[in-house]
Amino acid sequence: MISVILNGEQRQVREGSVADLVAALGLDVKKVAVERNREIVPRSTLKDVALAEGDALEIVHFVGGGC
Amino acid sequence: MTDTWSVAGRTFTSRLIVGTGKYKDFEQNAAAVEASGAEIVTVAVRRVNVSDPTAPMLTDFIDPKKITYLPNTAGCFNADDAIRTLRLAREAGGWDLVKLEVLGEAKTLYPNMRETLEATEVLAKEGFLPMVYCVDDPIAAKQLEDAGAVAVMPLGAPIGSGLGIQNRVTIRLIVEGASVPVLVDAGVGTASDAAVAMELGCDGVLMNTAIAEAKDPVRMARAMRQAVEAGRDAYLAGRMGQRRYADPSSPLAGLI
Repeated sequence: MISVILNGEQRQVREGSVADLVAALGLDVKKVAVERNREIVPRSTLKDVALAEGDALEIVHFVGGGC
Repeated sequence: MTDTWSVAGRTFTSRLIVGTGKYKDFEQNAAAVEASGAEIVTVAVRRVNVSDPTAPMLTDFIDPKKITYLPNTAGCFNADDAIRTLRLAREAGGWDLVKLEVLGEAKTLYPNMRETLEATEVLAKEGFLPMVYCVDDPIAAKQLEDAGAVAVMPLGAPIGSGLGIQNRVTIRLIVEGASVPVLVDAGVGTASDAAVAMELGCDGVLMNTAIAEAKDPVRMARAMRQAVEAGRDAYLAGRMGQRRYADPSSPLAGLI
């Protein structure tokens, strides 16, 4: 296990790719976007990017919002 | 002939853009969007709730294949946060048409124009097509246009205030000077306010709270649709001139 900051909270996650993490969280990869250490991880490369100790990850999606 | 408008090469029939915030639930939100006839909805970008990934999502109720999602940077108070949010939005949705708003302060939710202009330039260089929330200043609107804004969206009154269009003169000046679409963003409280915005020659109106906080949001959505259409028609028809005193509508000749 490694320690990462996921959406602002410290979490222990299994080593692997960003895609593995998204799947382990039960999220639909087509509905989210991922930022790793302030860089966008394109959906097409989620499988190729390995998580590293201390990574700061943001996983976002669209929610209701107005002006 | 159908009256349409275009922004950045995309053509729409409805001139009403609605937000998707503040609704009781997704069902009511979807019903209001349907009743409004809107083809574009604004959406926010937020962190996924990783502790409850099965929670219903907006996309389950409003189909992004049928309705254009316009990601919005509501809640961002500087250019960096807004740009970062829209980069994520582009990755999540796969589209470049976005709504930029960089706020200046919580009390008025007025835009910070210095940050807004800076963000517009950066986004345009990165290939985004930003529709930009701005002050009702014709000079600022031109500067945004020069920086790459594909539409300018001046406020008619503070966001969420429902005070109606408080600035008819400056909105009209922006419309007259702009070569990109002008949409009133914020301030509409009821149907007549939407009609006023359209009568001033705006290409469209964006609203959220006026519908979401109505007692019957679905009915208000329908009223807004009709008001936007009526206001647009009135603008195209060309209103009569105003007189200071009465002028009879019946002939004076032949009076008994």
